[in-house]
Amino acid sequence: MAVLEVEGVSKRFGGLLAVSEVALRVDSGRITALIGPNGAGKTTLFAIIAGFIPPDRGVVRFDGRDITGMPAHGICRLGLVRTFQIVRPFAGLTVRANIAVGMHLREPVRRRALERAELIARQVGMEAMLDTPAQGLTTAGRKRLELARALATQPKLLLLDEVMAGLVPAEVGELVAMIRGIRDSGVTVLLIEHVMQAVMSLSDDVYVLNNGRIIAHGAPNEIAANGEVIEAYLGHGAAGRIEARSADA
Amino acid sequence: MMALYAGYFLFSLFGVDPYVAILILGPLFFCLGYALQRFVIAPISFGKEQNVLLVTLALSIILDNLALFLWTSTTRSIDVSYAENLVDVGVTMVALPRLVALGAAIVIGLLFWLLMTWTDLGKAIRAVARERQGARIVGISVDHIFAMSFGIGTACVAIAACLLLPTFYVTPQVGNAFILIAFTTVVLGGMGSFIGALVAGLLLGIVEALSGILLGESLGQIGIFLIFILVLLFRPTGLFGQRAL
Amino acid sequence: MKRRGFDAQLLVLLALGLFFLALPQFIHSSFWLGFWTMALFFALLGQSWNVLGGFGGQISFGHAVFFGTGAYMSAVLQVKFGIDAWTSAAVAVGAGALVGAFIGAVSFRYGLRGSYFALVTLAFAEVFRVLVNAWDFTGAGFGMLIALKPGAANLQFVDRVWFYYLILALVAITLAIAWWIEHSRFGAYLIAVREDEDAAQALGINCFRVKLAAITLSAALAALAGIFYMQYFLFVDSHIAYGPAMSINALLAPMIGGMGTVLGPLIGAVALGGLSEFTSAAIGKTPGVNLLAYGILLLIILRFLPNGLMGLFRGRA
Repeated sequence: MAVLEVEGVSKRFGGLLAVSEVALRVDSGRITALIGPNGAGKTTLFAIIAGFIPPDRGVVRFDGRDITGMPAHGICRLGLVRTFQIVRPFAGLTVRANIAVGMHLREPVRRRALERAELIARQVGMEAMLDTPAQGLTTAGRKRLELARALATQPKLLLLDEVMAGLVPAEVGELVAMIRGIRDSGVTVLLIEHVMQAVMSLSDDVYVLNNGRIIAHGAPNEIAANGEVIEAYLGHGAAGRIEARSADA
Repeated sequence: MMALYAGYFLFSLFGVDPYVAILILGPLFFCLGYALQRFVIAPISFGKEQNVLLVTLALSIILDNLALFLWTSTTRSIDVSYAENLVDVGVTMVALPRLVALGAAIVIGLLFWLLMTWTDLGKAIRAVARERQGARIVGISVDHIFAMSFGIGTACVAIAACLLLPTFYVTPQVGNAFILIAFTTVVLGGMGSFIGALVAGLLLGIVEALSGILLGESLGQIGIFLIFILVLLFRPTGLFGQRAL
Repeated sequence: MKRRGFDAQLLVLLALGLFFLALPQFIHSSFWLGFWTMALFFALLGQSWNVLGGFGGQISFGHAVFFGTGAYMSAVLQVKFGIDAWTSAAVAVGAGALVGAFIGAVSFRYGLRGSYFALVTLAFAEVFRVLVNAWDFTGAGFGMLIALKPGAANLQFVDRVWFYYLILALVAITLAIAWWIEHSRFGAYLIAVREDEDAAQALGINCFRVKLAAITLSAALAALAGIFYMQYFLFVDSHIAYGPAMSINALLAPMIGGMGTVLGPLIGAVALGGLSEFTSAAIGKTPGVNLLAYGILLLIILRFLPNGLMGLFRGRA
């Protein structure tokens, strides 16, 4: 059952074709990863899917429903929520108040939203910091807050944009376990990641984006051995060199 | 407003002709503007845009009322012999001071364009406007550049005041009328474009005159305000601007 | 810990309420009654600005456009159409709200923020000023004058103390509204929009609608202040109603007292009133001294107390 279907999506900014004829599919209950070198167009694709940028061409379908061109807040209400690569906490508010804003999408009563925010904070291990102002958090804390806030909206599909960036391996491990827990609770996850440790251990399905195009799609171990993918990250001819080296060894 | 008072006092106390006063007040107000930006506005606003707005508002409140307190609201004006002189430009007669002002505006516009395109200072200003952190990295003192820009701006205002003095009046509230006119000119012309400012200035002058004729003296003021609103809503880049809001 | 803060604020509000209710018993001069009435008036105006500027983060330089609409509309309805004062007041509040909705719809639809939004509100205020000044129906240059007909039915009171109670009631309403903003979903959304519009959008908030609601509410409250002014002084002209002076008055109290807080505008208004009396006593009643002092105070607050006077109290908690 496809939760998200992207077909033929393209977006041009002036002279730059940021996204070109992208097609991908995220199935319910699975964790799908979107990887690719810097500047490949991954965040732009997220912005298009989540309704922040309209595509020039193509269709985005969420739960079978065409959401292309819908405004971002409407898409969030339907159950598709994104986080930002450069975290955007509500700096002047506490962790609890931040999460409560997300909670309010489904909970109109202030007192209850604040209470339920506490539960979400517990889920991501932030109960100690509930009354800390967001601007006083570390990078890891802010990433978790971003995740918690998105979770509070009770999404069906969670788009995580480089949520592991800037974390030490121990923190990455914790977050990987957390995301697995989120998937187990019924939320489908599509994540952009550079931290390969997370991609390999988490994802059921991987798409590789380079220069705006999908160049590969498959299970994590297939992708790791894919010559075109290796060349996208390491440069032209790298695949051949690596093979030659392992043949010698 | 301050510059108008300065020019007024230079004339009435020392007999300095307004056009000569340009040479005194231009540099003086440049220094004042530089100091104001570097030592008052920048430190108090911590660099945030919203704060700059409020700090400059506070300053304008202080200056307006300081003038009111010191010099009362009595309207003053100066009397120079050539204020009423008319020049025949072929199709009509134009008051001499206005013609001088037009000429000066064009000359200054040209000087600015030269400054921005050919001098290091001009390049630094453009660099800071486009990419503040990048400019810092290549060794440009952003605080200094902001102060220079502000100083150049205030010097311009002082020159404008001297050009205006022969045919205009001086009160503490006189500056308020020019706030929206100045912003409208910049927004209509387009941010960062000197040609734009000149063209917009001319257009707005025409609009002001026409609306005064068509709608009458009191209602005529509306023309400029409406243009400001309309430009911001429908064409924020203005006529020649490269960047929108 | 949150519970204690919550109760403390209610306690303070209650204490203030009692203080202001009892105040007239201790005032024996019309001068001081006028002082407190005007202080509360500026608190009302400041509270209206605070909804949009403090909680909503949309700084307005032209709040007089809503104030003036309230004043002029109630005057025109009474003087030109003979409608009674209370009905005129109700309609005038609606008119103010409408102007707010219009300006908001137009400005926010086209993405105006920050300085540009501030200047556009100023431009609208100037447009209205020129219009009422040119139009005979609104009194042109002479302004609008309401005939003196004391009596509660005409919203004019022989004993000036009733004006005091009226403005106190209006301020109490705005305090309740501000308190509601701090404890409601709408308020949480409004503050989120102020902090980061994109992040707010990503959480399902319709930023346009939230801002539109805020400006409409803010405008209605400002119109209320305009109506009070009209009944208290029985005279407005285009400069008083729509001029920059009233717009500046609208933002001074919240900025000094503390933007985005419940009590900020009230504290700010009282502080400004006190400062005004102090400068009058110290330097005399020369025109410009008041506002000069206000401007200097604003600069000091911006530099040392960016959260306003409320910052002094918050710091403790």
